[in-house]
Amino acid sequence: MSPILVAEPAKPVVVAQRRSRTGYILLFPGLTWLAIFFAIPFITLFMTSLQQPVPGKMGKYQAGFELSNYANAMAEYWPQFLRSFIYAGIATLLALVIAFPLAYFIAMKGGRWRPLLLVLVIAPSFASFLLRTYAWRTILSDEGPITSFFNALHLLPDDRILNTGIAVVAGLTYNFLPFMILPLYAAIEKIDPRLIEASSDLYASASTTFRKVTWPLSLPGVVAGTLLTFIPAAGDYINAELLGSTKDRMIGNVIQTNFIEFRDYPTASALSFVLMAVILVMVFTYIRRAGTEELV
Amino acid sequence: MRFVRRNLLRVVAILVLVYLFIPIAVVAILSFNKPSGKFNISWNAFSTDAWTNLCGVPGVCSSFVTSIQIGLIATVVATALGTMIAFALVRYRFRGRSTTNLLIFLPMATPEVVMGSSLLALFLNLRFPLGQWTVIIAHIMFIISFVVVTVKARLQGLDPRLEEAARDLYANPRATFRYVTLPLVAPGIAGAALLGFSLSFDDFIISYFNAGTLVTFPIFIWGAAQRGIPVQVNALATLVFAIALLIVLGSQVVNYRRRRKLMSA
Repeated sequence: MSPILVAEPAKPVVVAQRRSRTGYILLFPGLTWLAIFFAIPFITLFMTSLQQPVPGKMGKYQAGFELSNYANAMAEYWPQFLRSFIYAGIATLLALVIAFPLAYFIAMKGGRWRPLLLVLVIAPSFASFLLRTYAWRTILSDEGPITSFFNALHLLPDDRILNTGIAVVAGLTYNFLPFMILPLYAAIEKIDPRLIEASSDLYASASTTFRKVTWPLSLPGVVAGTLLTFIPAAGDYINAELLGSTKDRMIGNVIQTNFIEFRDYPTASALSFVLMAVILVMVFTYIRRAGTEELV
Repeated sequence: MRFVRRNLLRVVAILVLVYLFIPIAVVAILSFNKPSGKFNISWNAFSTDAWTNLCGVPGVCSSFVTSIQIGLIATVVATALGTMIAFALVRYRFRGRSTTNLLIFLPMATPEVVMGSSLLALFLNLRFPLGQWTVIIAHIMFIISFVVVTVKARLQGLDPRLEEAARDLYANPRATFRYVTLPLVAPGIAGAALLGFSLSFDDFIISYFNAGTLVTFPIFIWGAAQRGIPVQVNALATLVFAIALLIVLGSQVVNYRRRRKLMSA
């Protein structure tokens, strides 16, 4: 998910790896932390999702095996689920289109400015995520130039952008753009520029070169970037809350309100578990293609 | 034709960079605003009130300090744990490598709302009181992976001949580590710590689930969004942005100079 990671391209150097106890000692504390506070919580989440209410006590739950929690949760909240995936999907596509030229430019034409340009890509994350999202209320406001422009062309169904799904998608696209740019950059940076030269020497047009050489070679970055943009976007509820109306709520909003405000833990856990399951399927499909060594 | 195309790419690239900074410009500009109503959304009049009285609104500075405390503790612990894992991954052979890789990757690929809610489910079931410590535990958990990836990249980029040379010169393993490996990896560790702190400081979703009644800076902003975000918040966020940018750009300049010096030597 993070940006800086790819900022320094690693040149893998083969080092003789030792097999000794030290390796396990180094791994132990960190992996234990992740096991207790990342992996085990999924089990408690699953158990919570099957709990049943204690009769006569509001907001109290006891252990159970209520698979119907899932059916009920999905029956009630499938529109928010669907909306999350649609919004995240559109935002991911837009991010890909916006990110590609910049990633390509930095990788191929950046020269000695490359490190600086990469810093500029991650720099926006140093300003508060919430405030940056909130700033889109100003940029997309009803009297603002962007809304006026699109209204003049009669392109907006509600005559406004703010408090509609368009604003939510715009916010998602903006917020997760660096997660698209950096993996794309990492992939494009590995392309040998001579391949592109060779293609044009052989009289391929610019678009043929892109289609037959550049795009296939940047695919690893496209896949990684798509995953790293889509996943946080699908789970996000900040954009929907700050930029959308109640009609644009996403699954994250539902999980959050059910967990923290309604204290309906089983429903919220069931939704959270389904979301994770969908995302795990995506991750494992990706791993089957790429292996785990490329992940970290 | 080629000329046009090359410049088109450059223009588009610059436009995308500008786009990335538009909301930040808005945040910074509005920090000098004197809002007409309670919402600081549109420009009204110039004022430096927020900057001269940064703690002028109750809760702003205390939440800011809370976030810094949490960020520092979480960063120190996560950087230590993550660096150790990175060393193990690059320098040692061990069983269960793909499980390890997966356990490190998954926190980066899990939506925050899932991590936040599942950790809350754990704390609720254990009847663990929510507050500063649960937030710190959560932050360490999601920062570790980012530290591993950052430090690992640096370690893999090291020239192994430097350590070989140290050994050839009769440095024992401890001295090799202390005087050769560690100084070479240090920039990576520092970068990882900076990244970790910025992730912790800015985290809202996971913190909100596990904070109980604790108010961090992002949680303060979230609460304020409904009734109008104080201008001071914009000023503080602008300040944080500027400081972080200066640190990163400064280290870039130092790196660049060092590299040039090495080249000319």
